[in-house]
Amino acid sequence: MTSVSSTRSGAVPEGTAPTVLQVDGVSKVFGHGPAAVHALDRVSLDLRQGEFVCLVGASGCGKSTLLHLLAGLDSPTSGKIHVEGRTALMFQEAALFPWLTVGGNVSLALRLRGVPRQERRPMVSSLLEMVHLEGLGARRPHELSGGMRQRVALARALGQDADVLLMDEPFGSLDAMTRDLLHAELERLWTDRGFTVLFVTHNVREAVRLADRVLVLTSRPGRVAASFDVHIPRPRRIETPAVSALAGEITDQLSVEVRRHGHA
Amino acid sequence: MATRRTLAEEVTGLDALEMPVAPRVSRAARLWAGVWPKVLATVLALGLWQLVVWSGWRPDYVLPGPLAVFRELWDRLYDGKLVGAVGITMRRAFMGFGLALLVGVALGSLVTRSKIMRSGVGSMISGLQTMPSIAWFPLAILFFKRSEAAIMFVMVLGAAPAIANGLIAGTDHIPPLMLRAGRVLGARDLSLFRHVILPASLPSFVAGLKQGWAFAWRSLMAGELLVIIANKHSIGEQLQVARELADAEWLMATMLVILFIGIAVDALVFGNLDRAIRRRWGLVDPAS
Repeated sequence: MTSVSSTRSGAVPEGTAPTVLQVDGVSKVFGHGPAAVHALDRVSLDLRQGEFVCLVGASGCGKSTLLHLLAGLDSPTSGKIHVEGRTALMFQEAALFPWLTVGGNVSLALRLRGVPRQERRPMVSSLLEMVHLEGLGARRPHELSGGMRQRVALARALGQDADVLLMDEPFGSLDAMTRDLLHAELERLWTDRGFTVLFVTHNVREAVRLADRVLVLTSRPGRVAASFDVHIPRPRRIETPAVSALAGEITDQLSVEVRRHGHA
Repeated sequence: MATRRTLAEEVTGLDALEMPVAPRVSRAARLWAGVWPKVLATVLALGLWQLVVWSGWRPDYVLPGPLAVFRELWDRLYDGKLVGAVGITMRRAFMGFGLALLVGVALGSLVTRSKIMRSGVGSMISGLQTMPSIAWFPLAILFFKRSEAAIMFVMVLGAAPAIANGLIAGTDHIPPLMLRAGRVLGARDLSLFRHVILPASLPSFVAGLKQGWAFAWRSLMAGELLVIIANKHSIGEQLQVARELADAEWLMATMLVILFIGIAVDALVFGNLDRAIRRRWGLVDPAS
């Protein structure tokens, strides 16, 4: 099921990097008996170190459930999850704490992973600089725009120094222009710092714009239905024909999955 | 890569455009906007009072007009007796409320720690709140005789449940996303409580304090009317004495003092606290 053009310029050449995240036959059932909802059904996937993988699917495919399991917020009904190192999770909303300043929010991530007090301040500054928010540390989250808040959340996630960054439709509620910029920002940080990303979205173009590999998840129950390697050179733009072409192909695959439910 | 530079510029440019701009309103204008409706309401209330007096519904030695009452208030302030009484009453108010605060917070944080406690003890605390504080006094006097301890006892019973309830309601209504965000950052149990649950429940806690103050103040006045201690001339006692002497002007002047203190503490202490939190959290329109 691989496809499309020539050169690959992802951070890691295929096959050489070690696996950092392994999902092995994971199922998640909510509730019991006949009313039980099968959110995930024997999902298996591997992430290699430094890889950028996008997970696309229609509503109800259990994308968020899978991320919650990976972040340790919930445990699977069956199957195994193995993560090499730490995970950080970004939500669709920035989920910043309104009682803390922007800098305080980033600092809390450092504090909770045991960074000593005197080291936190310079680290917060450099993290904010990384997302182009230098000098805004004393502001309150509500004083920032949605895109800026999401970048604070990104700085906070980076502050967790996680090996795997899990992102749950983090740019879903932003306008197109801000989203394009954040794609570029995320791509830049990912290239520089070499962490691994599992990015969930329902926007297929966004997935192709960002990913080394796009996985298609079926709906109810969620299952990995297809995998597409993206061989489009970086930096990419969301408007380019190559992105559109592959996005079209993946959308067709998704449509097949969605139509299946029309007869049920 | 030249694009990096342009990317950074584009990002900061868009930020500058997107920063919410609040229209600047001068402090004086904002203060005036907050004050004049209250002044108007007070003037209307005083006018209504004067109208009732003029109507001759009750003779003026029973229902004096506002002017006579304010003249009386001025005289009492001048001879220092009122100040002494306010001193004694306020000391009791602070002690009683402080005690209620300790008990309320201890109780509230205990109850919030477990779901079973919350459903069991939580509803009991709410039930306790419906009990009129004055109904506790006979028992309190049996326990503590006619002493300050009796008054404190009733104040704590009145105010502590409200304070505990504020804390419990606050922790019950924390957005699940906040808790999830805290847990993703690695906060567990005690650190989750300290860094997420406690600060997130602050607005509701302050609302509980506000309500607790109202209960404490009412209990205190009821207590001072019932539990009169020799050589401790409090405001509540003044009410009782004024009624016995059939001195309506003094009685009403004292009532005004009680009303004024209650409102002042509510607005200045808890009102400002509430507003400060809401402003910091971005829960108010910055222009208002």
